[in-house]
Amino acid sequence: MKVIAEPGLPQVIITREFAAPRELLFRAYTEPELLARWLGPDSLTLTVNQLDVRHGGRWRWTHYDADGKAYVFHGLYHGTPSPERIVQTYEFGERPGHVYLNTITFEEHDGTTTLRQNTVFQTVEERDGYVRADMETGIRASMAKLDDLVTRLAKEA
Amino acid sequence: MAVDQLSEVFSALADPTRRAILRRLTDGDATVAELAAPFSVSQPAISRHLKVLEQVGLISRSRRATARLSHLEAEPLREAVGWLMDYRAYWSASYHRLDGLLDGLLDELKDES
Repeated sequence: MKVIAEPGLPQVIITREFAAPRELLFRAYTEPELLARWLGPDSLTLTVNQLDVRHGGRWRWTHYDADGKAYVFHGLYHGTPSPERIVQTYEFGERPGHVYLNTITFEEHDGTTTLRQNTVFQTVEERDGYVRADMETGIRASMAKLDDLVTRLAKEA
Repeated sequence: MAVDQLSEVFSALADPTRRAILRRLTDGDATVAELAAPFSVSQPAISRHLKVLEQVGLISRSRRATARLSHLEAEPLREAVGWLMDYRAYWSASYHRLDGLLDGLLDELKDES
């Protein structure tokens, strides 16, 4: 998996290969019972509330933490979702008006599919802040490893 | 760390000379002359890099006699790394589960055919 988050750009690009045809990836993204089985951090449970997989269709899902606190995300599909491409807007329930745009493409070669997720935020600050807040779970758990990583990062020229 | 400060840290880290300076500082505090020695750039150029690093909090500077000493401040670096790790961890864990799900779906298809 490769993550590109360039300084000064309100964008994050992830690429990842999967040993499966893209039709299966499309199903994993668009069938509610399949999506609920893989998306999100290990510590949260995902409930898929709505996936209206068509141009202008609404989607909505909720992550629950161990204490039952809910984190709702929702948005719209733009263009007809297909095994080539899914375009959707995202909004975190508690921050209306702060929208980001996700373009996911699936390229298949010899049974291997390369997924590319391009996420564009409204501003660089949104990208740095929103994504970070979204991913807050796990920060503490990983603190112990960070000193090591800081040294390694500083040593990577 | 405020979000705008975080993006300033990322900007500061984007420069290879500044990352090399940070690497040198993991071995201990250093003067401008010491930091400039491995590079083919002038001391004023190094000073400008140090100013950027100081502004975003990645280093602090103090005086020793007539020389200014630079000192690595690990906390902003730690936070920047933490941010990248969390984002990476989120998707890495998700995609890992997706691998397993896809394997299962492939097996189902094979059984059907």
